[in-house]
Order: sequence, then C-alpha cells, then structure tokens
Amino acid sequence: MPEPAKSSLYFDYPHFPFVTPPELRGEAVRHGVAIVGGGPVGLACALELARFGVASVVIEDDDTVADGSRAVCVARRSMDILQQLGPGGGVAERFADKGLPWTGGRSFYRDQVVFELDMPHGPDERHGPMLNLQQCYMELYLAEAAAASGLVDIRWQSRVSAVAQDGAGATLTVDTPDGAYELIADYVVAADGARSAMRQLMGLRLNGTSYEGTYLIADIKMASTHPIERRAWFDPPSNPGSTVLMHKQPDDIWRVDYQILDDQDAEAEMREDRIRERIQTQLDMVGETVAWELDWYSLYKAHCLCLDDYRHGRVFFVGDAAHLVPIFGVRGLNSGFADANNLGWKLAWAVQGKGDDALLDSYSAERRAATLEIFRQAGKSTRFMTPPSRGYALMREAALELALDHDWPRPLIDPRQSAPYDYADSTLNSPGDDFAAGPAPGAPLANARQGQLGNRATFLLDHLGPDCTLLHFAGADPVPAETLAACLVDGPPCRALVVAATAQDMTGMTVLADATGKLAATYGAEPGTTYLARPDGHVAARWRQLDATQVRAALARLTGRSP
Amino acid sequence: MSSGDRADDLEAAYELIAHALDEIGPARERLFLAKLVLALVHETGDLARVEAAIAMARRRLG
Repeated sequence: MPEPAKSSLYFDYPHFPFVTPPELRGEAVRHGVAIVGGGPVGLACALELARFGVASVVIEDDDTVADGSRAVCVARRSMDILQQLGPGGGVAERFADKGLPWTGGRSFYRDQVVFELDMPHGPDERHGPMLNLQQCYMELYLAEAAAASGLVDIRWQSRVSAVAQDGAGATLTVDTPDGAYELIADYVVAADGARSAMRQLMGLRLNGTSYEGTYLIADIKMASTHPIERRAWFDPPSNPGSTVLMHKQPDDIWRVDYQILDDQDAEAEMREDRIRERIQTQLDMVGETVAWELDWYSLYKAHCLCLDDYRHGRVFFVGDAAHLVPIFGVRGLNSGFADANNLGWKLAWAVQGKGDDALLDSYSAERRAATLEIFRQAGKSTRFMTPPSRGYALMREAALELALDHDWPRPLIDPRQSAPYDYADSTLNSPGDDFAAGPAPGAPLANARQGQLGNRATFLLDHLGPDCTLLHFAGADPVPAETLAACLVDGPPCRALVVAATAQDMTGMTVLADATGKLAATYGAEPGTTYLARPDGHVAARWRQLDATQVRAALARLTGRSP
Repeated sequence: MSSGDRADDLEAAYELIAHALDEIGPARERLFLAKLVLALVHETGDLARVEAAIAMARRRLG
C-alpha cells in the first residue's frame, strides 16, 4: 500500500487514484496479459504489447512513481527500443527532450586522470550513446504513454497476494483499498522489482554472487556549470580508500555515489549530517563552491543474481524481478528494457495465435544468456570499483599506479558501459551468408541514418513497424517485387522494406532511398543483400541474394513451430 | 641467447629487484611487487606463460 507522500526539490509526484476494477463490480473479465509491477520495465512491457495491439492490465501497489533518480542512465539501445514503443510512439522523444545526453567521462586515481571514456557518437546515429534522466521522469512518461495508448489499464494501489496457474490460465489475488478480487489472465508478466512478491509467492530463489561492498547513492540539487560527463574517483583525497561517482541529471540534480568502506559503521554513515559531510568534502575537492541541498539517498549493494529460468508456466519474469545486476556499467534498467523488448512480441504473438509455445521458451533462453554476459562484464567492473578482497585491492592499486604513466593498464579501468547483447546462439536464428560488416544474426539492427525529411534526418528504425521486417537492398537494380511478395505468403506478420537508389511507390512495401549509401555501407550490403529482422529489431538471418524459400523457412522458425 | 647469458641475466635481475625492494622499504614492497608483475605480464603478453609462472610461484605456499 502507498508509503507516505513523496516529495522532492525538483519533481512533483503525481497521485494516481484507486479506481474500482470491473472484477469488484461483479463483472466476469478475462485478460490476455496481466503485468505485476508498474515500474519502468512493467510499463515498457505494457507498451511493447500495445505496439502489437494487445491490451494488458498493470497491477501496481504504489499510488505514484518511484522516488529518486535510481537507474539514471539510458543507453543507446534502450532509446532504440523506446523509440518503437507503444502504438503512438513518442516515448524516446520525451526522454530525449528532458534528459541530458553524454558521450564520455574521466576516471581519476586520487586526483589525477587515469582513464578517459569516449563512446562513439555522431550525426549518423539516431540516439546518443547515453542519456541521464531520473527514474521518476522515466516512469511518468511511460505511465502517460500507457494511459494514452488506450490499451493499458494501470490499477494503482493494488497488490498481488496470491498466484495460481494451470493449463488454461493464471489467477492472481489482488488486494485493494476496496477489498480483494481475483484477476484471470492468459499470461502474467512479473515486473515487480528487486524484492519481487511474485518471486516469493511462487517460491523462487535468485542464484549467483552477492558482493560485500556498499555504496551510498544520493541526489543533490546544485546549480553547477560543470559539463555533462561521467566522473569516477578511486581513492580520492575527499574520501580516502573509497570509490566515488558523479553524474549530472536534469533540473540541476547531481547524482553522487560513494563507497562505504567495510571498517565504517554503516548505521552512522546513514545519518544525514554524515552524508552531507562526505558529499561536501567531495564537492570541495572538485572545486564546487555553490550552495546545494540533499534531495534523496539510498544504500546500494552489488549483486550478480538471477532466476534459473525466467519462465514458469504462464508467468514470465522481467527486469529486477528476474535478475539483479551490478550498478556499474548501467545495465540494470537497460537490461530490463531489453527484457520487455524481447518478451513483448513473443507474448503478443502467443495471445494472437501467431506464435507457438516454444517461442515463449526462447524468451528465457535469450535473456538468461544476456544476463550471464552482464554478470561476466559487470562482475569485472564491480571487482574493480569495489575490490572484494586483499588480492583484488592490491592488484587494483598496482594497475592504477601504472596507469598514471602508461596507456596499457587503462583497459582495466574502462567502466565497460552497457552494450546491446547479440542473441548469437538463439534457436530463432537461421543460417545465411557471411558478411564483412553489419549486424550478424542475433544482433540488433543498426539505427543508421537513411535520409532527410524536411530539416530532420531520418534513420532506419523510423521506418520499421511492429511486424518482422524483410530489409532488402536493391541498389540500382529493379525492386524484385514478385520475389518479395512470395517471401511473405502464409508466414507470420512481416513487411518488406526496400532500400534502393531512389524512393518509389510500390504496393505492399516501402521503398526508401539511400541517397548517401550510408545505410548500405552500415549493413555491408550489395544489390541483393537481404536481412530478416524480428519484431524486436534483432536480426534473424541475412543473405547475399534474395531467395523466397530461405526467407520463408527463416520466418517460419520465428513462430517457434517445428518445421 | 646462450645458457650462460640467461644465467647472467637472471643474476642481474635478481640483484636489481633485491636493490629496489631494499630502497622501497617494507611499507610499499607489496605494491611494488604487484606493479612489477603487471608490467612483466604486459611485456610477456602470453597468458599461458603467466599461468605457468603463477603455478610455479604458488608451489609450497598453499
């Protein structure tokens, strides 16, 4: 049930009222998909489903959005995913309008720079590599888009207290201010966060590694003119022995994360006067002289924990409910958005009878593999940010000392920022040809620059719909309209998108111009090159020449049905 | 390189490291040795040889 009203120096927390649902008015209702948890991942799932015209109901126990900045960093791939969300779109634009983009940063050992981060970016990319935005804004924008879609019923102040399922469906017991009711759905998405009640109700455990190091994460309001970059300090004079991070956010809010050392009294360190003191010494060190106020703080510990399976019958676990990943490298919410992106089309096709049950199994296989890769990368980052033992502490000190004078140790300091995961081993991939460039089967499509609309640059994903995409590069050759049409007979929903020398009007497909040839170059394409992309934008197969038999077999594989 | 040269180099390196340890002193010698090892790993550029050397050095140390 709602906690005391949240307040903030920069954000007006909305209050979402409880609305009596049809079930409590005695109406018999059945839902296609019920989503437990109205955080960013649950709402992204609802908007993914809405993209395919599938309605959902979201059960959220709070009456407002999350407090504090929390996840903060939105990676480029997440912006690509957000760009495609919902029937009306517009979510990525709202994130971009409010958020602060950044492309690099610096890491310091004591007070000297030992690593400079520079993430690739330029006018040929639709979204920048990273965007800082407080999670409360993210949730607000997602909730507003969900409400506007007309396909998402968010039930605030409602808490799931029991779950049962059989071959026919799942039943959730939902507690509300007006009493409890039973909600029946074909499928359930558990998106109820790190302390997932769904996980507990179903008796499921997270497995993996928990790290000892504790961080205090705080938001302060400070009108600093420092540019937007990621700054990390190892053993800084302000906080000897500790690791400190600073990120700029919208509304003059700064995020300060610092490590609480093992020999420090965690309870005393959580006192507000002590938090202010430690932040002040950090601000003194970086030369900030303006006044500041403390807005929000929380404690954080790094974990590499996940469920053994993200699917349990009709229930699918997404985001923190499925996996807890370390904060370092900003993979938490970004991997949650990727979960929503992966599950959305599969669940939509299941509800619409377009996909088989085996397709739903691929969600767990693909996203578990992504989680294990995150553990591998973020585990390394965590052991560098917060050395877990004497041995790690000594080796880090040695590496940092050497990095003061040499380039070669610097890869050890690289924060390994979130990168999209390629489902290279997915059973949904089909054989094809080798390419020198472009996304391989399993990798997401590159959102490369395609053309110009008025004074606005247009990019590949601007032209993608919710179906599969058969991306054919015709070059100067005539568009093979008949073969393309033959590819799409009797298969799952798929649309042909042709890239040609000039834009053309053709029935049943879109023909785009690639005036500068940038799109073809990005995809390593020659005339005849054809990519098949899944509805989530990941490549399923690619060929040098268009062959209807091969395309149809690859499309059939995407339904999860045995050939 | 002849085996005589190798033995000479080994002796010279042995003395150089001993000297450096004496000059650096007990408070910083752990850090020095860790830096030295990382620098040698960088020069070697061969994980298999590093693994073999770790095994050699660990023997009888538990």
